Amino acid sequence: MQNLSLAIVLAPLIGAIIAGLFKVSRTVAHSVTIGAVGLSFIWSVVVFWHIVVTGNGPFNETVYTWLVAGNIRFEIGFMVDSLTALMMVVVTFVSWMVHIYTVGYMRDDPGYQRFFSYISLFTFSMLMLVMSNNFLQLFFGWEAVGLVSYLLIGFWYTRESAIYANLKAFLVNRVGDFGFALGIAAVLMTFNSLNYTEVFEIAQYGEYKETISIFSGTEWSVMTVICILLFIGAMGKSAQFPLHVWLPDSMEGPTPISALIHAATMVTAGIFLVARMSPLFELSETALSFVLVIGAITAFFMGILGLVQNDIKRVVAYSTLSQLGYMTVALGASAYAAGIFHLMTHAFFKALLFLAAGSVIIAMHHEQDMRKMGGLKKYMPITYWTALVGSIALCGFPPFSGFFSKDAIIEAAHHAYEIREGWQAGFAYYAVLLGVFITALYTFRMFFLTFHGKERMDEYTREHLHETPWVVTVPLIALAVPSVLIGLFTITPLLFGNYFEGAIFVNPAHNPFEPGDYHGVLSFIGHGLMQLPFWLALGGFGTAYFLYMKRPDIPGIIADRLKLVYRILVDKYGFDRFYDWFFAGGARGIGSGFWQIGDVKVIDGLVNGSAKGVGWFSGVVRQVQTGLLYHYAFAMIIGLAVLLGVFVYIR
Amino acid sequence: MPELHEFLVLGAVLFCLSVAGIFLNRKNLIVLLMCIELMLLSVNLNFIAFSHFNADIAGQVFVFFILTVAAAESAIGLAILVALFRNKNTINVDDLDTLKG
Repeated sequence: MQNLSLAIVLAPLIGAIIAGLFKVSRTVAHSVTIGAVGLSFIWSVVVFWHIVVTGNGPFNETVYTWLVAGNIRFEIGFMVDSLTALMMVVVTFVSWMVHIYTVGYMRDDPGYQRFFSYISLFTFSMLMLVMSNNFLQLFFGWEAVGLVSYLLIGFWYTRESAIYANLKAFLVNRVGDFGFALGIAAVLMTFNSLNYTEVFEIAQYGEYKETISIFSGTEWSVMTVICILLFIGAMGKSAQFPLHVWLPDSMEGPTPISALIHAATMVTAGIFLVARMSPLFELSETALSFVLVIGAITAFFMGILGLVQNDIKRVVAYSTLSQLGYMTVALGASAYAAGIFHLMTHAFFKALLFLAAGSVIIAMHHEQDMRKMGGLKKYMPITYWTALVGSIALCGFPPFSGFFSKDAIIEAAHHAYEIREGWQAGFAYYAVLLGVFITALYTFRMFFLTFHGKERMDEYTREHLHETPWVVTVPLIALAVPSVLIGLFTITPLLFGNYFEGAIFVNPAHNPFEPGDYHGVLSFIGHGLMQLPFWLALGGFGTAYFLYMKRPDIPGIIADRLKLVYRILVDKYGFDRFYDWFFAGGARGIGSGFWQIGDVKVIDGLVNGSAKGVGWFSGVVRQVQTGLLYHYAFAMIIGLAVLLGVFVYIR
Repeated sequence: MPELHEFLVLGAVLFCLSVAGIFLNRKNLIVLLMCIELMLLSVNLNFIAFSHFNADIAGQVFVFFILTVAAAESAIGLAILVALFRNKNTINVDDLDTLKG
């Protein structure tokens, strides 16, 4: 089991090294990496089978002790329980599909081998992140995926916008990672261990100092502090408000990356983290409320931004933000299982949507503006149908996978609204409820603008439109199948069964899912059909149909009438501008201040000043050196007289 | 026979004269050399006076050494002076300031 875990992690790393460091041909590069990730996927399925289906229970072992300092051990180890096994299968499967798809998407790119090396490296990092059994290794994986994300957003490093975007992503993630590192430090300080199992055990029995004094005179609940700090890390990685600004810009990277890293896997690391830390989060009501509110803001307000974007990838990016918000709401409502469930279904259908968008982009000769698309349905039937599947899944129409997970989240938010005090849960409930309408509206806006309506592209593009090659369409189909079915088959064990037993801990008082109230998938669907979310989604679909199919002139009129609102939305609520001005500009201002005052004035002043002082002094002294004999003689005499005088006086 | 202090006063006067000569003379390097000689002579005078009044012959032996050294010194000095004049075409003290910083 230990060898198998190691093999799963190391196969993509070896693939990345071969493709990246040796001068291999294109064919070798993609064969090696696809093969390695494929092996990882198959082995992950084996592990999944071993742990979950045959019920052998979790595997938790330390592979290697890196160093021991005092009684703290820094180790590398694997903990594979049901949660990890699920993540491993999802990550390796989506990654595998994206690898295959990349063969088609990057066919003409000069950085072909480099790209494969990066995405394989990403798979390795992500597996390290999810499989670790301690905080340090988690942090390693966390930073490694951040690094690969940085490298891949700036993959086309000659584009200025790409460099801007990857720097932005990196910097914003540093803010989150700062919180995360502090959180890990707090864990170490409180529990004196970095091992998950040990930490959770101590936390459960309450054998730790319960308050912490950060500023003198104030007492904080140590659990709240730890959870909020860890969640700040999750906010950075999972692009939660107000650290969301990097995700839309990350679309500068190649589309396969948007699908793999910035939709399906890496951005869900934060969700995974919180679910993994559920034994800690359950102990702090405050932290849960914080998570709930942040998630709700992201889910609702970022979804709205998707309505005004014209770049097809950006619409999907904002949709990703909004869906991540949903997952966070689920976490905040103690429905960790629902969060992970949505993470899984979302990974499939969002990767599908991204890859479909990429397929459209290939066909349109790398044109991403939806205003120049339209009517692609008859040219690209496979892309059309798979994108339709993805869209329906995203909107949450039964029985597509998104329906189950989203309904579960709304249900959980409603439950939290009922049992918790304060405005937070109520706010979150209404935000996710209205978010359903928004989701359907922007999804089908994108869908109709791209695939239906008038053909708005230029003549040349229209003549060259055709369906994309099989390496692109096969992953689309392979992702479309789980997008439809996965929810149907997994909801019972994941949400109402005991799948996550031992992996996720929920305080029974918080648990929103009562197995007693559940009567099978069909009744869940039937129940869902009568609920508000379904009708809201239908309303969103209808509105989109009316606005973009029946009366395409109306959206322009609305934008004209509500100029102010429209401007605010196009400006993304001004966050980008504010951050650019306040943080980036502020940092640069402070930097140039230090440069002008600290460096130029103080340091250079000291250095040059001392040189100048010496020069001035010697200029004065050299006046004494006249070169005239009688002056020297005079000096001698005077000196003699003085010495004599001194001696005489002393005597 | 004059007293010891009269000799000493004479020596001091000669010494001061020669120092004054070194300071005041701005024209001629030869005068400078002469002043140095005079300085040495005033010292010699002191030696001899002390030697005589203390009845110690060592002082007078010293004088011989000093005279010898002074003669050699003047010879070298004059030789340098000639070489200097050949190079610079002047022995004006005010013009000789190549050591100026």
